[in-house]
Parts: sequence; C-alpha cells; structure tokens
Amino acid sequence: MQKTVKSTEFYVALIILLLCMAIQVKSGQFFTGNNLVDVVRAFLVPAMFCIGEMFIIITGGVDVSFPAIASLSMFVVCSQLEDVASNPLVFFGVAMFIGLMVGILNGVIIARFKFPALIVTLGTSSICFGIMQGVFKSREYPLCAPLKELGEMKLFSATNPVSGLTSNMPIGFILMILLIFLGWFILNRTMLGRGIYAIGGDVKAAQRAGFNVFGILLFIYAFSGCMAGLIGILRSTMLLAVHPNNLEGMEMTVIAACVLGGVRMTGGKGSVLGAMLGMALLTIVDNSLILLGISTVWQKVFTGAIIIIGTAASAIQAKRNERKLAIKMSEGGNWYGYNQTCNK
Amino acid sequence: MDTIRHAINRDKNLARLLVVFLMVFILCTALKGSMFVSVSNFQSMGKQFPEFGLLSIAMAFTLFTAGIDLSVVAIANLCAVLMAKFLSIVIVPDMSSSAVFMMIAAACFMALAVSILCGAFNGFLIGVVGITPILATLGTQALYTGFAIVMTNGSTLGGLPKQLAATINGSVAGIPVPIIIFCVFAAISAFIMSKTTLGYKLRMLGTSEKASTFSGFDNVRLFIINYVLSAVLSAVAGIIMLGRFNSAKADYGASYLMEAILIAVLGGVDPYGGKGNISGVVMATLIVQMVSSWLNMYEDISNFYRQIIWGGLLIFVLIYNYIVNEREKKQAMKG
Repeated sequence: MQKTVKSTEFYVALIILLLCMAIQVKSGQFFTGNNLVDVVRAFLVPAMFCIGEMFIIITGGVDVSFPAIASLSMFVVCSQLEDVASNPLVFFGVAMFIGLMVGILNGVIIARFKFPALIVTLGTSSICFGIMQGVFKSREYPLCAPLKELGEMKLFSATNPVSGLTSNMPIGFILMILLIFLGWFILNRTMLGRGIYAIGGDVKAAQRAGFNVFGILLFIYAFSGCMAGLIGILRSTMLLAVHPNNLEGMEMTVIAACVLGGVRMTGGKGSVLGAMLGMALLTIVDNSLILLGISTVWQKVFTGAIIIIGTAASAIQAKRNERKLAIKMSEGGNWYGYNQTCNK
Repeated sequence: MDTIRHAINRDKNLARLLVVFLMVFILCTALKGSMFVSVSNFQSMGKQFPEFGLLSIAMAFTLFTAGIDLSVVAIANLCAVLMAKFLSIVIVPDMSSSAVFMMIAAACFMALAVSILCGAFNGFLIGVVGITPILATLGTQALYTGFAIVMTNGSTLGGLPKQLAATINGSVAGIPVPIIIFCVFAAISAFIMSKTTLGYKLRMLGTSEKASTFSGFDNVRLFIINYVLSAVLSAVAGIIMLGRFNSAKADYGASYLMEAILIAVLGGVDPYGGKGNISGVVMATLIVQMVSSWLNMYEDISNFYRQIIWGGLLIFVLIYNYIVNEREKKQAMKG
C-alpha cells in the first residue's frame, strides 16, 4: 500500500482526477459522453507512439524520428498504392515494412556505434522528411477509398444532449488497446522485457548477465519504427485525409508524457501504466483549456510548465533517494566505520 | 606530453575541416563556375550564415558539457518578439533618428537581459534540480515558445523601425554587419573556450561530472554560466533574425535546431562532452553554408533535398569520427 502511494503513477493519477474535477466544476462539460470520446480520440495516436518510445527510453536512449517515419510511410503508401491495392491490410503492411526498415537503420547505427540516440534519430528524421517532401513531393492528399471506408467506421458514438454535438469512437481504439497490451506483455512477461530494463540499468552488467544487447536494441528501434508506420496510416484514416506535416513536433509531447509518467530518462525504470497516465494528463490539458475558459495561445506555456514541474519532481525524488542510500551506507558502518569506533 | 598530443589532435580536426572546405569550394566552383564565385553570391552567403552560425556555437557550448540545448531557437524567437513588441510601443511617428537608435539599443539590452534569465533558468533546472539537459531544455523550449505565442497571439509582428533593418542589412567597409557581429561573438567564444580557466572547467565538467565535483569545481555555477552563454548567443542570433526578416514570430527558424546540432557535430564537438573547439564549429558553419548556397543554384533540386543531405551528412560524420578515433586509439596502444 505504501509503495502504491509513493509511486509516480499514483501522483499522476491523482493530478488527473483533480484536473478533471476542476474542469467539470468550471464548465460542467467534462464528463459528458462526447467530450470523453473526444479526449480519447486525441489521446489515441500519441498514446500508441508512447509504447515504442517507452521501450527506448527505458534502455536509456531516445527516439525523435517516429513522427517522420509515420509521415513518410503514410504519404508514400497512400499516394503510391492508391491504384494498385484495394485491401486496407496491404496499405498497413507496406507502411509497417517501410517503418521497419527505417527503424532497423536507426537500431543498427545506434547499437553498433553506441552513438547518442537523440542525434542519430534527428538525422534519420531529417532524411525521412526530406525524402517525403523532396522525392515524393508531399502535399495534402485525399485518402483512397478503402482507407476512407475504414476511417468512417466507428465503434459507437456519443451525443451531447445539451449542445447536440456527436463524437465517434474510431476503430483504432481496438488497435490501441492491443498495442498497450502488447507493450505491457513484452515488458512484464518476457525475457526481452527484462533485457530492456537490464540495459537501461547497466549495459555492461546486462551483457555479463548474458543478454544480447545488440539484438535487444535493434529490436526496440525496429519495433518503434514498424509501429510508427502502422500509426501513420491509422492517423490518416482518423483524419480522413493525408496531412503529411500533421505529426511534426509530436515526439516532444510523447517523450514528455513518458517522463511525466515515471519513465526514467537515464533508463532502467518505467511502466506502461505510467506512460499512459502521463499522456492522458497532457491530452486533457491540451483539450480542456477552452472548457476552462483559457485562450488556446496559452497551450504551449502550460505544456512546458507541466514538463518542467513533472520532471523536476522526479529529479528531486531521485536525488533524495540517492542521499538516503548514502546515509544508510554510512550508518551501516562500511565506509565510516572508524568514526563509530572513535565515538565509543 | 599530453598537451602536445592534444594540440596535434585539435589541429588534425581543423586540418580535416579545412581540406573538406577546400574540396567543397573546388567542387562548387567546378560545377557552377562564375555563378558560384561571384560577389553577389558571397554577399548573400554572408548574410545567411551568421544567424545559424551563432546558434551552432550556442549549441556547441552545451555539447561541451555533455548537455544539449533544445531551447536555442525558442530563446532567439522570444527575444525577437520581445524587441518587436517593445519597439512598437515606445517608438512614436515623429521621433528623431538618434532617439530611435537609442530605443533600438535599449531593446537589444532588454533582449540580452531576458536571454540571461532564460539561460540561467535552464542552468538552474539542470544544475540545481538535476533534470537531464534534453528534458529540461525540451520543457523550456515549449515554455519560451509558449510565451512568444502568448505575446503575439500566434501572428507575425511587423512594423519595425526602418533603422533596425537598415543597420542589420547594411555593411561596414563592404563587410555585412551580421558577419561582423558573428566574428566578434565567435572570437569571444573561442577565447572563453580555449584561453580561460572557465573554458577549461567547462571541458572538465563535460568529460566527467564526478571528477569535476571532486576537483572542487562548483558544478552548479558552471552549468548556469554554460547555459547563459548559450542563451546570450541565441539572443544575438534572434536580433539578427529580427533585422533580416524585418518581423518576428514565435516559430521562425524551426529547422535551425537540427542544423545547429549538425554543424556542432560536423565541427568536431563530441556529443558525449569534453571535446571540440569553436574554430571547428565556425569552419563547419562555412561548409554547410557553401553547400546550401550551391544547392540553391539548381532550380530543379527542391529545397527539401537539403534535409536528406543534412541528415545523411550528420550520420556519416558521426561514423567517420568514430572510425578515426578507433584507429587513433589502436595506434596509441601500439605506440
């Protein structure tokens, strides 16, 4: 029980709850069906990105290339396969393959040379956007029929009795649940998951313990890329059009969400639940400023402030734990043992 | 002995960059001839590189200490927006020219003061609170951009006094003003980095934070100074951008962030900290500007190919430096 209360997840959940209450009290609109569906819609895509990014941050790296990978595969697939394929699965398959290739490129370079992941993925991100805009001359593009059909499907819809606004839950919701489960399963129920935590804790120790560090790193970057391809197509079906620059800048939100939810930037620590809560907090803030009567120009200020306060809280906590550990060690008499004998 | 080897290594990096510079120059001249080697081309190049050159030096300072500053462009824009706002308030139609210049100078001081605050806040978050540099500056990037958006309502601020654009776009003895500003700040940065104890301490901090602590350096102070230096250079870039575009907006120059990291790494700054120097960064700035201007001369090559080239070049340089370092290590072991 005490452990639950002390965890980052608990605090974030508490903050979300308080925030929701505040918005509800101020506007009376938060807990209406259509608003909740709207929040989930906005949450869906970044939350899916969070899973791949979380794996990478737990190993001590960071990936900023997934919006570029998603945009590239989305545009290439939608603009090139339009006349060739009619089955949506083909679109998804090819997009995932493109994403996988870029992800493998990331993984090989980072795992082989041990470069800072941020800089390598900045490079591949630039290449992907360049290919999309230069080679494929990206622009806003209509969505082809099979994908459009997919996008117009809905799980259910909710109507606000007061305003009359209706919001539909996209079928991507199921995909998100599956991906969240997959992420949880890999991290908590497989040897691969242990390897991911082990690398983040200490690469050398992980190697000595027999983990294939190269293979694991390659897997997580390839996984992140592959999923980015999938999410790209999903995004276009949700928007019912191909907006190639729509995802730019999302990497920052996703990283911030992971860290807010207790995924440690230096590696070794983090949970799927935490990352999801972090993303939920950022989504609710982004989506609810208007309900609170705050102009949207303040959005970035709030996002920045939340990132700073959230990361500061976890940094201060980490420092405090370190100090406690040092005191414990000194009390144990291992290092300053002679002092204690002197005092006696 | 170590210092001698260090000096040789440093010169090696610079020599390598010089060779690349000459090769690129010859290649560009051979392919585009008189179009490339023309006064007008050099003039336009000279107007372009100072702004992202300054941002690259700002980035390099933080890479020296094994950090990174993702907020450089945000600080530049925030300062430009503040200046534009200030000038639009204080300048009245029938003001004398000298009074206008006074106001512009005041605006510049204000921008520098704000940048010092921004940088000190970055340094505080990193040094005192203990947030990793990527996250701290990610947060402040959003925050500073956010303030600029709030102040402008997301729109472009124009209507600046003519004197400002005239000064920034003018030239002294044939040399464009931005180049003079760039040279002054690059020289100061190079001096700080290689000739002062502060530069030495920053390098030590980048090599190993623990060793720096045990050597009795005040790490918190060093972090704050480091990020203040970065922020001030960003503000100067912001002032130049304000004059060149003759307007300010919260999200100008978004691509400069990637370019600044690329140039710093290309110039031989080790992203793991401790290694590199300003002269390398300046050299890399010139190389990137040359390639950029040269690509501009091909009408059928889209601007976007540049992104592919920069991204590819960044990864190529990383791998190349890695291989060279490994070889040197092996040779050192043999010797």
